[in-house]
Amino acid sequence: MPVSTSTKNLLNEVGGISSFAGRFFSQWYKPRYEIAEFFRQCYVIGYKSLPLVGLTGFIMGLVLTMQLRPTMVDYGVESQIPAIVGIAIIREIGPVLTALIFAGKIGSSIGAELGSMKVTEQIDAMEVSGTNPFKYLVVSRVLAATCMLPVLTVMSDAISLYGSYLGVNIRGTTSFSLFWIQVFESLDFYDVIPAFIKTYFFGFAVGLIGCYKGYFSSKGTEGVGRSANSAVVVSSILIFIIDLLAVQITDVLGYN
Amino acid sequence: MSNTILKKENIDTIETQKKTEPVLMVSHLYKSFGDNKVLIDFNLKLNKGENVVVLGKSGSGKSVLIKCIIGLLLPDEGEIHVLGENVVEQTSSSLDKIRAKIGFLFQSNALYDSMTVRENLEFPLRRHWIKNNPDEVNQLVQQALEDVGLGYTIDMMPVELSGGMRKRIALARTLILKPEIILYDEPTTGLDPITGKEIIRLMIHIKEKYNTSSLIISHDMNCVKLAADRIIILLEGKCYAEGDYETLRKDKDAKVIQFFE
Ligand SMILES: Nc1ncnc2c1ncn2[C@@H]1O[C@H](COP(=O)(O)OP(=O)(O)O)[C@@H](O)[C@H]1O
Ligand SMILES: [Mg+2]
Repeated sequence: MPVSTSTKNLLNEVGGISSFAGRFFSQWYKPRYEIAEFFRQCYVIGYKSLPLVGLTGFIMGLVLTMQLRPTMVDYGVESQIPAIVGIAIIREIGPVLTALIFAGKIGSSIGAELGSMKVTEQIDAMEVSGTNPFKYLVVSRVLAATCMLPVLTVMSDAISLYGSYLGVNIRGTTSFSLFWIQVFESLDFYDVIPAFIKTYFFGFAVGLIGCYKGYFSSKGTEGVGRSANSAVVVSSILIFIIDLLAVQITDVLGYN
Repeated sequence: MSNTILKKENIDTIETQKKTEPVLMVSHLYKSFGDNKVLIDFNLKLNKGENVVVLGKSGSGKSVLIKCIIGLLLPDEGEIHVLGENVVEQTSSSLDKIRAKIGFLFQSNALYDSMTVRENLEFPLRRHWIKNNPDEVNQLVQQALEDVGLGYTIDMMPVELSGGMRKRIALARTLILKPEIILYDEPTTGLDPITGKEIIRLMIHIKEKYNTSSLIISHDMNCVKLAADRIIILLEGKCYAEGDYETLRKDKDAKVIQFFE
């Protein structure tokens, strides 16, 4: 029956990812620490996605502002645009959009890189050269992705809000300082912190899934392509699932 | 007088014992993947200074065998002794020590794409904690590259090299740890016949220069003819036949003959 096989596949996938995550948690804190590789990955991962994250963030801020404006004008609350946009970007759009771009850019490149290393036996070669490939390749990348996505999100948020400031000034004028005062007045601690914390989970998900897909890539160049592709698909879905869980948790805790 | 003679005899027997003592011994090896029984009671012995070729069809389990030897795959049953130590029951750190004495030339070369030739060669040295002094590392890298005749590629990336050059660089990376045993996984597959022959000559040259023992996996008759001191035919998961080139070529068994046609 097709239903039962696809259910089985899904369960297999969930099981595989869970045990991969378990392996990560049981190994990441143990020596030998691959510190040089971790920093190299931080640089590669952060630097590579910065232009894309900045560009999409800027456009999102600008477009959101321009599209909100007519409605806000109708209701006579034009002056509230910075506050509304600020909340939307900081709490939801910034983290999720950045994470999705990150999944597309970094998840796929990790999946393809490890996938091709797998099929050309480079991972085996590392293992016989006195290296634990799981630590050297997987732990360093997962940690780097976990650490870099929050940084990228903060930058993206800032660029996004700047885009929004320009959007406000296309029609009507607000001074730069007034715009930022309005943004920050609308935000409180409980808007910023949960949104910031969830980006760590997004980064972890992208790194872990990229590594998982690459590490267990099937033979052949086709397998590498499939790894890269499904790394993006699965980590994007996971980002939304984590987002859903995060909002439930903050809701239960009364932080909304 | 008699005492000294006895001593000399003793030394002789010890030396012959040393010579015939296998550096690699695989006994009663079983390995299967699910229902796919790949190795069934496989046995093999590699003596010091010997070149043994394992001959087998594609998919017969040659790579599985060699990966069991280096500890990349865990056999279901059986023992693998490398330089007197059983690979199967090692902790990861003691396994690393054994691996440092074995060179492994991968079928796909397994050069690290993201690193230069120099970094590729330095990798095993640094990772096995063997050398950290930059001058020494540099000297070993140069030496290994010269052994394979490719000193000028030191700052190139693997993508810039041809298939034959990659194979040589991979061989240089294998040599850099001065291994006592080298395992070759289909060293000439995917190369044109001329380049293939060059690689085989290089393998023989290296064996003579460093007095290594090699286990060569192949189905290339050129390789077998030129390099093999002894041939083992891997068929149906077993060591089906064993002997030197001339003996096996004249064998009556059709299953053996097929390799030599
Ligand atoms: N990691 C693995 N998982 C499952 N099956 C494998 C694995 N590695 C090899 N096999 C199977 O073992 C058999 C022998 O493979 P291999 O040793 O690569 O053949 P060859 O002699 O061409 O090197 C093949 O049928 C292959 O499908
Ligand atoms: Mg093979």
